[in-house]
Amino acid sequence: MTPARSFIGLVLSLLLLAGATPLRAQETTPANAITAPVASAATDPAALVAAMGEANLRELGAIVTELAATEDTAVVPALQALAAGTLYLDKATGAVVIVAGGNRLDPLTQAVIGPESAADLTRIRVNNSLRRDIAAALGAMTLMNDDPRTRMSAARAMMANVDDANLPLLDEAIAAETDTAVRALMQVARGVTLLRSADASLADKLAAVPVVAQSGERDAATVLTAARANAPAELDAAIASALAGLEQERAVWNALQNVWFGISLGSVLLLAAIGLAITFGVMGVINMAHGEMVMLGAYTTFLVQLFIRQNFPGLLDYSLLIALPAAFLVTAAIGVGIERGIIRWLYGRPLETLLATWGLSLILQQAVRTTFGPTNQMVIAPTWMSGSFQFYGLSITYGRFWIVIFAMIVFALLLLVLNRTALGLQMRAVTQNRRMASAMGIRTPFVDAMTFGLGSGIAGLAGVALTQIDNISPNLGQNYIIDSFMVVVFGGVGNLWGTLVGAMTLGIANKFLEPYAGAVLGKILILVLIILFIQRRPRGLFALKGRAVEQ
Amino acid sequence: MNDAQDTMLYLNGVSVAFDGFKAINNLSIIVRPAEMLAIIGPNGAGKTTMMDIITGKTRPDAGEVYFDGRTDLTRLDEAAIANLGIGRKFQKPTVFESQTVWNNIELALKKPRGIFPTLFYTASKADIARIEEILETVRLAHRRDALAADLSHGQKQWLEIGMLLAQDPKLLLVDEPVAGMTDSETEETAKLLKSISVTRSVVVVEHDMSFVRELDTRVVCLAEGSVLAEGSLDQVSANPIVIERYLGR
Amino acid sequence: MLTQALFRALDRKAIWLVAIFVGLAIAVPALNLLVPPGQFGHVPTYMVSLFGKYLSYAILALALDLVWGYCGILSLGHGAFFALGGYAMGMYLMRQIGTRGVYGHPTLPDFMVFLNWRELPWYWWGFDNFWFAALMVMAVPGLLAFVFGWFAFRSRVTGVYLSIITQAMTFALLLAFFRNDMGFGGNNGLTDFKDILGVPVQAQTTRVALFAATALFLALSVLICSMIVNSKLGKVMVAVRDAESRTRFIGYRVEYVKLFAFTVSAIMAGIAGALYVPQVGIINPGEFEPGNSIEVVIWTAVGGRGTIIGPIIGAILVNMGKSYFTAALPEYWLFALGALFVFVTLFMPKGIVGLVGQARAMLQKRENRQAPPDQPAAPARSAAAEAGIDAQPKPAE
Repeated sequence: MTPARSFIGLVLSLLLLAGATPLRAQETTPANAITAPVASAATDPAALVAAMGEANLRELGAIVTELAATEDTAVVPALQALAAGTLYLDKATGAVVIVAGGNRLDPLTQAVIGPESAADLTRIRVNNSLRRDIAAALGAMTLMNDDPRTRMSAARAMMANVDDANLPLLDEAIAAETDTAVRALMQVARGVTLLRSADASLADKLAAVPVVAQSGERDAATVLTAARANAPAELDAAIASALAGLEQERAVWNALQNVWFGISLGSVLLLAAIGLAITFGVMGVINMAHGEMVMLGAYTTFLVQLFIRQNFPGLLDYSLLIALPAAFLVTAAIGVGIERGIIRWLYGRPLETLLATWGLSLILQQAVRTTFGPTNQMVIAPTWMSGSFQFYGLSITYGRFWIVIFAMIVFALLLLVLNRTALGLQMRAVTQNRRMASAMGIRTPFVDAMTFGLGSGIAGLAGVALTQIDNISPNLGQNYIIDSFMVVVFGGVGNLWGTLVGAMTLGIANKFLEPYAGAVLGKILILVLIILFIQRRPRGLFALKGRAVEQ
Repeated sequence: MNDAQDTMLYLNGVSVAFDGFKAINNLSIIVRPAEMLAIIGPNGAGKTTMMDIITGKTRPDAGEVYFDGRTDLTRLDEAAIANLGIGRKFQKPTVFESQTVWNNIELALKKPRGIFPTLFYTASKADIARIEEILETVRLAHRRDALAADLSHGQKQWLEIGMLLAQDPKLLLVDEPVAGMTDSETEETAKLLKSISVTRSVVVVEHDMSFVRELDTRVVCLAEGSVLAEGSLDQVSANPIVIERYLGR
Repeated sequence: MLTQALFRALDRKAIWLVAIFVGLAIAVPALNLLVPPGQFGHVPTYMVSLFGKYLSYAILALALDLVWGYCGILSLGHGAFFALGGYAMGMYLMRQIGTRGVYGHPTLPDFMVFLNWRELPWYWWGFDNFWFAALMVMAVPGLLAFVFGWFAFRSRVTGVYLSIITQAMTFALLLAFFRNDMGFGGNNGLTDFKDILGVPVQAQTTRVALFAATALFLALSVLICSMIVNSKLGKVMVAVRDAESRTRFIGYRVEYVKLFAFTVSAIMAGIAGALYVPQVGIINPGEFEPGNSIEVVIWTAVGGRGTIIGPIIGAILVNMGKSYFTAALPEYWLFALGALFVFVTLFMPKGIVGLVGQARAMLQKRENRQAPPDQPAAPARSAAAEAGIDAQPKPAE
């Protein structure tokens, strides 16, 4: 690698460090220029830079050292320009300028002074030994900077723009470094540089392979693969095994990412199914209109947001939170109405309940279609639910993240209600022995209505969450009803934990099948697998046992 | 296995548990051919579960169940066991409510049970005579065209006994046959069961002590899934443990 | 044996029904072809096809009734069997298009040419032959029902569980048939039919003949169902419906009884679908919609399940209502259908036939008011309800 090229690499890396592309860095005022006033009064960077114009090579060397001693990052562009040969003396004014993009720039502030006019400009000459000095000075200013973040980005920049010349700087920086994370990164940068280097010894390269492979950097595989070219057999073997390890690691991360997608899908399924688990599992009632409860929850969210936007725009970000109780109450009330009006006449006749609630679902869908129109409605995601974040190798969107959290909270609350409240106790009593519960003074009709209301209300909550990942249309519920039944049946009726495991298993299995079979075929496979599973265990994963089950 | 020889029903060391609750615990009972056995015991003693095991509805966790000295019942399902010649009358009378008394008996009549023989079945004269005979025996001849749902509780019990007879089983399992019957009906039932037991083995589960006394046969008292006492009714009801655990003082 | 069974099948009601549908098969074509248009008594051709469609729905409803009304299996997947039969017929009709398609390919249907397929997939082989297609119309739904039922009934999946997995089955098929790679025309399904058995599908005489075929097959279905239902096997089916485990304890193999009913029923549904497709001119994956299968259930319930005539009446009435609503008040059809579901389950559990029966019973009661009814005495003492067996409807509380 020629020194010139290596220097450009360094320049680029430092510009990247400044957080801007090269051109913009010189046209606009970058952040590092703002730090100029911090400079000490004793050695004024502006004066030092101005002195460069008339200095000879030896004097230039001294100035570079002094500039480095200022530890002021504002001088970095000037030093880079000097090394790159874009630092000029403007003979007309006697000022030192950087020439870039056809303009003359102030060396410290990068402010545009005027257009480039070749006649008046004299390039400030440098030689190789001076370039090395400049590189060392820059390295010292960045790799040795007090701010660990600057040191980190310097190391990262060196990794991106490899140059043998960086090696001594890196060695020095590693020796001096106290922050373990930064040192690790520097070592990786050193390893990458060694592997790319034409001159590095085989032993160094061999030592660098594991450092790079275990870095967890995304490009590690690319660097290693590139280093295999013309590598001696020993190195080649080491790299090959390191690559295999990397491949395995990547497979693990891919799998983990899939697990996350699966958990996220599973949470949606859980939300949709858990209300069903209550009405189907606890009461033995098949509620085909459950999906429509979800849909009504979503429309309630839409209305709440509409109302807030028109009346309290400041609360817009919290409209989902406000919609939660609203959706719960609306759908729970409708649920109680359904139970009192229809379902209570059909207890003990599950197939009839199925038909009546299906009819109801048709009515509810058409009612919503007539009221809101057949087109999709929008609910705007609040700011705290948009965007994504990195968690180790996983990329997680906030929307999904909050839905998973929300599903878990709903699940936990439901367990709490069932296991720790009077209503929950009565519900379980009625489930186990209706007649006995009734004889003990439990108002079974009231408990039935409340149970159904609870199940429907939870469907409404699911509807709130679904506004974030699905279109709000009258058909919203239909897309979930079969999946929800599958979850409940798969998990085992009458067991909330079964529903949780069922939802997660189906979600994850779905996401794992998708890459191999495609989304539709994957779904078909899941359905077929569940159908086969039900044959083996007709009562699901977590079946209740004993004689009572038969009744 | 040798012990099972010359028995109609042989239970040895049978246990079954539901979610940790031992419904049957190391139960051993033998019923000989053409013998009647009455089983008494408190609620939850495992009487019905024992019948479930014999008829293949429940699989035991441990133990041997042999029929006729050679057939391992634990390997068969309900239909196969029924076709071997084990008839069961349920505690709660279960007849086919939406069908006539006559059809109830006809369905139970011992005939090939396959799909196509059933599809193309036509009652022969002998079949009709047999059904009429059974209806006489269980005193339902006058209600032959009534729906089973319209029968009284006692009549349903009799109809179910009639269905048992129609099956022509070698072993009858009769769970609380006289529940819902008047005293005279109870007496008749006792007579009927005794006459059946001349040629077949009968196991009767009953709470009604006067009925058991009328049966005048060997009695086994079950409690908590195993045999508490065995012998004649007088012997069993004199047993202090039985008095304490079941009959009360 | 068979003659005896057939004789028994022809009880009074069944004879009337068979006679009516055979009569329709003759009269309607005559009124269409012989009475000139405009003259009193002429039946327009579109009407013939419309009623042909209703009759094929009636066969489907009758098929469902055999399993639901008589055997207690609420299948939410009968639309799938219907659609499979329809697809088998549609494949035959596609092959009859020959070179008359848009692309003029001699063997490949248009959609395959469009997808750049080179040759006919193996499962399309033989469908150029009508008799092979006719066999498949019965074999495919029958086989699916047999295999599905074999697994489901043997492992004793009953009641709502069975309903739910049949629904999952039809949903899986819906997704599958939507896929272009499946080779069944994807989204658009099969359409643009030209000939059936060498005559144009759209011709008046063909449409009239299709109606007659449907009416005759409905008559045959009535006969077959009546034969099954009136046999001892029919009584066993009802026994299974009312007290499944009791039936088992008498020694019947409940799973085989169910499997028989389910398979026969699926074959009937498949034939209904095959008769339906040439009359409406299209078959697409929409037929697999779970909602369609549930609609069949409501036809059956409206007419009266557990009777032969009920599902036929129900299918025809509900679909006439649907034709009227979707033309006159399209907005309200789903309200009407939904309300029908709720109303029938709540107030007419026995359907129209049940209402007729109730009315008759009421008249009789009025006549016999003087005569004391033969009511059984109240039970002397009730058994403790410790352990009953299944299928006994629990009292509403």
